[in-house]
Amino acid sequence: MTWDVALILVTDGLANGAVYLLAGLGLVLIFSVTRVVFVPFGDIAAFAALSLAAFETGRVPPTIGMVAVLAALALATEIGSLLRRREAQRIPKAVLMWGVLPAIPCLLAWLAARPGVPVAVHIAVAVLLVVPIAPLLARVVFQPIADASVLVLLIVSLALHFLLSGLGLLFFGPEGSRTTPLTSAVFTLGDGFTVSGQVVLMVGAAIVLSGLFFLVFERTVAGKALRATAVNRVGARLVGIRPVRTALLAYGCASLLAGLIGVLIAPVTTMYYDSGFIIGLKAFVAAIIGGLVSYPMTAVGALAVGVVESFASFWSGALKDVIVFSLLIPVLMLRSFMAAHSEEEEEEVEQ
Amino acid sequence: MNGNRKRMVGIAAVVAVLALVPAVAGSFTVSLLNDIGIGALVALGLVLLTGVGGATSFGQAAFVGIAAYATAWLTTTQGMSPWIGLLFALLLTGLSALAIGMLTLRLGGHFLPLSTIAWGLSIAMLFGNVDALGRHTGLSNIPALRIAGWSLADPRSMYYLIWVVVGLACLFSQNLLQSRPGRAIRGLRGGATLLASVGADAYRVRLTLFVTAALFAGLAGWLYAHMNRFVSPSPFDVRASIEYLLMAVAGGLGQLAGALVGAALVLVLKNGLQDVLPMLTQRAGQLEAVAFATLFILLLHFARGGLMGLLRRWTRRRAGTQAASRHEAPAVDPLPHRQLPARGTQVLSVNGAVKRFGGLVAVNDVSFEVNAGEIVGLIGPNGAGKSTMFNLLTCTLPMTSGQVRFLDRDIAGMPQRQVARLGLARTFQHVKLRPHMSLLDNVALGAHSRTRSGILKAGLRLDRREEMQILQEAQRQLDRIGLGDRAHELAGSLPLGTQRILEIARALAADPVLLVLDEPAAGLRRKEKMALGDLLRKLREEGVTILIVEHDMDFVMKLVDRLVVMNFGSKLVEGVPSAVRADERVQAAYLGSVV
Repeated sequence: MTWDVALILVTDGLANGAVYLLAGLGLVLIFSVTRVVFVPFGDIAAFAALSLAAFETGRVPPTIGMVAVLAALALATEIGSLLRRREAQRIPKAVLMWGVLPAIPCLLAWLAARPGVPVAVHIAVAVLLVVPIAPLLARVVFQPIADASVLVLLIVSLALHFLLSGLGLLFFGPEGSRTTPLTSAVFTLGDGFTVSGQVVLMVGAAIVLSGLFFLVFERTVAGKALRATAVNRVGARLVGIRPVRTALLAYGCASLLAGLIGVLIAPVTTMYYDSGFIIGLKAFVAAIIGGLVSYPMTAVGALAVGVVESFASFWSGALKDVIVFSLLIPVLMLRSFMAAHSEEEEEEVEQ
Repeated sequence: MNGNRKRMVGIAAVVAVLALVPAVAGSFTVSLLNDIGIGALVALGLVLLTGVGGATSFGQAAFVGIAAYATAWLTTTQGMSPWIGLLFALLLTGLSALAIGMLTLRLGGHFLPLSTIAWGLSIAMLFGNVDALGRHTGLSNIPALRIAGWSLADPRSMYYLIWVVVGLACLFSQNLLQSRPGRAIRGLRGGATLLASVGADAYRVRLTLFVTAALFAGLAGWLYAHMNRFVSPSPFDVRASIEYLLMAVAGGLGQLAGALVGAALVLVLKNGLQDVLPMLTQRAGQLEAVAFATLFILLLHFARGGLMGLLRRWTRRRAGTQAASRHEAPAVDPLPHRQLPARGTQVLSVNGAVKRFGGLVAVNDVSFEVNAGEIVGLIGPNGAGKSTMFNLLTCTLPMTSGQVRFLDRDIAGMPQRQVARLGLARTFQHVKLRPHMSLLDNVALGAHSRTRSGILKAGLRLDRREEMQILQEAQRQLDRIGLGDRAHELAGSLPLGTQRILEIARALAADPVLLVLDEPAAGLRRKEKMALGDLLRKLREEGVTILIVEHDMDFVMKLVDRLVVMNFGSKLVEGVPSAVRADERVQAAYLGSVV
C-alpha cells in the first residue's frame, strides 16, 4: 500500500466516520434519555434517502403514506389512553399534536413533488418528512412499556427494525436508488491529491451538527432537561421535567439526525429499503465505544470505525463488515474491564 | 401428588399424540412438525440461557449454523459418516461457544446482548464468504442419516429421531433445573455476590450454561443439515436468531414447556400467514415480516410471560394455592460435616484494616478478633463503617491495607467465593433470595460448596443420591429455623422479616465455621426477635461462631458475648456488653456528648 492509497482510504474513512458520528450521536441521545437501544435508526435514514430519490424521479415519496399510517396509529393509542384515564377533554390537543402536526411535513412533501421545485427544497422536505417517524414510533411502541427492562426494550427495538424494513419494502419496493451529488466540486490538495466536494460536505456537516448539538446541550433549557433526564430520571421528574416529553424531544432530534444522514449518503451509496440496518449497527459500534453515554468518545469511535472500515474494504471487500463487527468484541471487553463493578440486580423474568 | 400425576398424564398424552402423528398426518404436517422440533431444541437452550440464566442471546442461530456447516462440510467434501459429523459439529459448536463466552460473558447489562448481535452477524457473514463452504450458494448433497442400515431420508422417519432428541433434551433440562448446578443457574439473576456467598462462581456457571445452550443449538443444526440435505447462509443470520428468541418469548421464558409451545406457535403462525396473506393481498411476502414483527411487539406489550405464562396464571387462579406437602423422602446419610475449631481458639482476626473510597476513609485501622464458640456484635451509629467492615471481612470489597486472617489463613484479596468455601457464611442486609424458588431450593443453594455434581451428571440424573442428601440437609435447616412446614412455598411470598431468617438457614446449609449476619433483626417483630435470639444461642451451643452487625441495641446486648463499637470508621471500644453500655465514649457517639 502506498501513501497515496492510504490517504484516499483515510479520507474515505473520515467521510464514513462522519455519517457514523451523526448516527452515533442520535443513538446515544435516545439511549441516555430513554434506555432504548434504537435499532430502527438506520431505517429512518434510509427512508430519507429514498424519499429524496423519489423526489428526483418526480414521484410523490411513499414515505407520506407511512408517516400518515404511523400518525393514525399514534393518535389512536393516545386517544385510547386518554379515554382510559377519563381525560376526554384533552382529545382535541392530542389530535393537534399527533394528527395535525405530523401531517404538515406530509403536506409539504406532497406540494414539493411537483416539477420545477428546486433541489434544496427537495432536500429540506425529505429531511422534514422523516422527522415525525421516530417520535410516532416511540408513542405507539415504547411509551406504553417505558418502565420495562433494557433487555425487553432492546428486543422490542429489534422487532421494530424488522417491522420498519418490512414496511420499507412494501412502500419503496426492492429497487435501490442513488441521488445526484449535492455538489460536484473537487478540491485539489498539493500533489494531485483530490478530495470530492461531497466528502467535504459530509465531514463539514458532521462537525457543524455536532457543534450545534454541543451548544444545545450546554446552553438551552431543553438541552439541560435532556441531560438531567439522562443522568437521573426520578431526579429530573422531581424538579418538574416530564420524562415523556424529553423522550419525545430526544426521538425528534434523533429522527432529524437520521434524515440528515439519509440525504448526505444518498448520493454516494446506492440505498435500498434495508440499507439502514448496517449503517445503524456500525454507529452502534461507535456508540458502544462511548459506552452509550459519552458523546466525545462516540465521536472518536465513529471516526475509528469509519477508517477501519475503509481499510478493511481495501483488503477484503467481502469481509469488511465481519471485520468491523468483530471490532466490537475487544471494545466491549475493554469497556467492561474499565467499568466500575457495580452489583446490579437483574429483574425477575415474568412467570 | 395429585398435581404431579395430572402433569405426568398430560406429558404422556402429548408423547402419545406425537408418536401417532406420522401415521395419520400428511407429509406437510410432518415436515412442519420436524421444523418445530428443531426450533424447539434451539428455543429450549434459550429458555435456559435467557429465561432462567438471564443472559439474552441474539446469536443463537449462528451456533445452529456452525454445527450445520460443520457436519455438511465433513460429510460432503470429506465423505465421512454423519455420526462423525455429529461429534465434529458438537465439538466445534462447543469450542466456539466456549471461546465467545470466555470473551463476552463478563460483560454487564445490555453490553452482553449487543455483543451477541455482533458475533451473530459476523459468523453468518463468514458462512457466505468462505470458498470451502460454498459461499452464498451453500453446500448441497448432504447424505441422509442411516441407523443400522436403515435410511432416514424420509421426513417421517426423520420425525422420530428429531422428537426423540427433543424429548431427551427436555428431560435433560428438567433434571438439570432440579439439581445443584440448576439451582446455581436459577440463582444467576440474583447477582454474582449471591452466588459467591454460597461458594459458586457466577462467571463459570454462566459459561457452562452458555455452552450448554449452544450445544442444544448445535444438535438442532446437525439435525437441520441432515433433514434438509442442504445448507446456505441465510437460515443462520441474525433474523433467524431473533426468530428463535421470539419462539422462547412467545412460549414463555419462565418454563421449559415454553420452548415447545413457542416453537409450535411461531412456526404454525408463520405457515398460517403464508397461507392467508396471499388471499388478502398480492404483496404477501412483504407483509409477512411486517405482520410477524407486529405480533412480536404486541406480545411483549401485553403478555411478556408468553403463552405458558398466561396459561399458568389461569390455572393458578382456578386451582388457588395448593397446600404443599412436606418433603417426604427416604432418609439418606447426611452430608459430611466440617470439623469445628475447639472453643476459644481464634477464628477470625482483623488487623489494621483500612478501606478508602477515593478521599473518604470508610474504615480506618480497625483490629479485632473473633474466637470459636462466641457471639460478637459489631455496632456503631449510622455511617460508622460497619457495612464496609462487613464487606471487607467477607472479601466482597478489596481492602486498601491491613490483614484479615480466617482459620489461620490470610484471606485478604481472596475471591469471596473461596472465603465462603473455607466456611465463612453470610447473610445480606438487603435480602438476596430467589423469590420464584421454593424455600427448600433457596436453602439448598447454600449447600452448593459442600457438593460437586456438574451439569452433565445432573442432566443425566446420576446425582440423585447427593441431591437427596442436599434436600435432606436443606429440610433439616428449615426445621431448625421453624419454617420446615412451608418448605415448598415460594420464597417471594414470605414477609421480609422471615426472609431474613431464611437467609440464615441458607447460610447454615453451608455448614459454616463462622456465621456473619448483617442486621438479621431488622424488620422482625418482638416475638420473632426472641425466637431469632434463641436460635442464635442454640447455634452457639453447637459450636458455631457468630459475628453480628446490628442496630437493635436491646437485641444485641442480650445476645452477644462481646461487642466491638465503631464510630467514624475507627474502633471506639471493645468489651463485654455491660462495660460497653457504661462507656462514656459510646454514649457520646450514640447520644451526643455534653461538651
